[in-house]
Amino acid sequence: MLALNNIEVVYDGVILVLKGVSIEVPDGRITTLLGGNGAGKTTTLKAISGILRAERGEVCKGSIQFDGERIDGLAPHDIVKRGIVQVFEGRRVFEHLTVEENLVAGGHSVVDLRGVRQGIDLVYTYFPVLKERRSQQSGYLSGGEQQMLAIGRGLMSRPKLVMLDEPSLGLAPMLTEEIFRIVRQLVEKERIAVLLVEQNAALALELADHGYVIETGRIVLEGSAASLAQNSDVKEFYLGLNEVGSRKSYRDTKRYRRRKRWLS
Amino acid sequence: MFDWGFTLALVTNGVLIGLMYSLIALGFVLVYKATDAINFAQGEFVMLAGFIITGMLLLAGAPFWLSVPVAVLGMVAFGFGLERVVLRPLIGRPIIAVIMATIGLATVLRGAAPLFFGAETQALPLPIPDEPIVLGPFSLPPGQVVGALLSLGFLAAFSWFFLKSRMGVAMRAVADNQQVAMAMGINVERYFAIAWGMAGIVAALGGLAWGALLGVDVHLALVGLKVFPVVILGGLDSVLGAIVGGLIVGIVENLAAGYLDPLVGGGTKDFAPYVLMILMLMIRPYGIFGKRRIERV
Repeated sequence: MLALNNIEVVYDGVILVLKGVSIEVPDGRITTLLGGNGAGKTTTLKAISGILRAERGEVCKGSIQFDGERIDGLAPHDIVKRGIVQVFEGRRVFEHLTVEENLVAGGHSVVDLRGVRQGIDLVYTYFPVLKERRSQQSGYLSGGEQQMLAIGRGLMSRPKLVMLDEPSLGLAPMLTEEIFRIVRQLVEKERIAVLLVEQNAALALELADHGYVIETGRIVLEGSAASLAQNSDVKEFYLGLNEVGSRKSYRDTKRYRRRKRWLS
Repeated sequence: MFDWGFTLALVTNGVLIGLMYSLIALGFVLVYKATDAINFAQGEFVMLAGFIITGMLLLAGAPFWLSVPVAVLGMVAFGFGLERVVLRPLIGRPIIAVIMATIGLATVLRGAAPLFFGAETQALPLPIPDEPIVLGPFSLPPGQVVGALLSLGFLAAFSWFFLKSRMGVAMRAVADNQQVAMAMGINVERYFAIAWGMAGIVAALGGLAWGALLGVDVHLALVGLKVFPVVILGGLDSVLGAIVGGLIVGIVENLAAGYLDPLVGGGTKDFAPYVLMILMLMIRPYGIFGKRRIERV
């Protein structure tokens, strides 16, 4: 289980981005972190994966624990070894490498060659299309295929927890559904935990078991996915529905702002 | 009357010299591929390696078979140390910072090396016979044949490394996207160090081959300047490009020396490759085998 205890993140020593975030990601479950642009979702993921330091950010307060051990301050490759992997927003495959080379690179932390082989086979069973494209340069794959490759590459290190950053970004709704279906299967069959960051709240709450809402660096709401989906604030601000369930009118923006201020 | 024998001799010599350029360009390509940094001190690396070899041979009186491995190990250590002390603190800074650091380093090496190794040109005799090797119509100078063979061997080894080994794939992943490579559990800093260490190995062999040909002094560093036309022609990040670029530069240089120099009174040899380089930049800026930027539409 992953637990963030009241962490604060500072960039460049002065810019406070996370102001006390506490979340828990239990094993074998899907937890989602919702929030608008610039709320601190990606920063939270980078704090967990240790990538933050390469961007001159640091966790300055609080602690991050995984399976009871403190992991904040570890190098990214040590965190991957402990079983946490981050799949970046916007796919970010190694463009000049083939599909299979991407997977090999993803399995870098696996010591024995047989483990890498098994990992590749596992990825191909969940994403058969990647097998067809195995020797193609990945920069030329379609958006959906690249997202599948990015997730598959993340699986190569045999993680206990996969952090998915906006997997639906820029994909057609059908593809997004397909990918979410596969993620669901992975959680059920491979006993992987998922921390899902999404702007598409409706989809995320449908997939997840539990959710958090983050705004300007603070967690403002928490609850089971079902209860969040019923929450009137979430409905209004993230699902774009008003109390009656119809689409929100642009006229209500003013009220939206007022209520949002109250929320944060 | 066109003299085929003369042309053939020029081309053969160009091929041998070209492969020796490839060897030096390879060091440049290795660093660029993994770290995206342009190493302006590659020629000085070669010079330093030459000095270590002659220093061992002449000053310390060590035998040849010992001097070369010492130079290789010394250059690997130098590459590691350089990465750790000078380049690692620059990670995440603009690429121009790294370039300036290597230019500064080049000047320091050129200035400091004579303090330790002396300023006069030292001969670096290879322990092989001096008579040209005659193969049919070809008459090949043995020193350059050894240099070319060394070069081919290492080019093949590094090609294999990048295409087939897991470490090589990881290194290419680092070159492709450092941040993502880091997130995939690849120790990016370690791969930077390995790249600089490999550049050190290649420079040591370059120092041996070129030192044997030109003698070892500060001017040995100038062979590094030829690296630029080679890598621009072949592609900054391609091992195969280093070979092909080296061959083109070697052959063009020799043909210019044979045919153009008599007409204008000499000197074309030194700039002909750069003319090609400028043309190449206009037509195909990523070189013959360089990786193109992928754009999906």
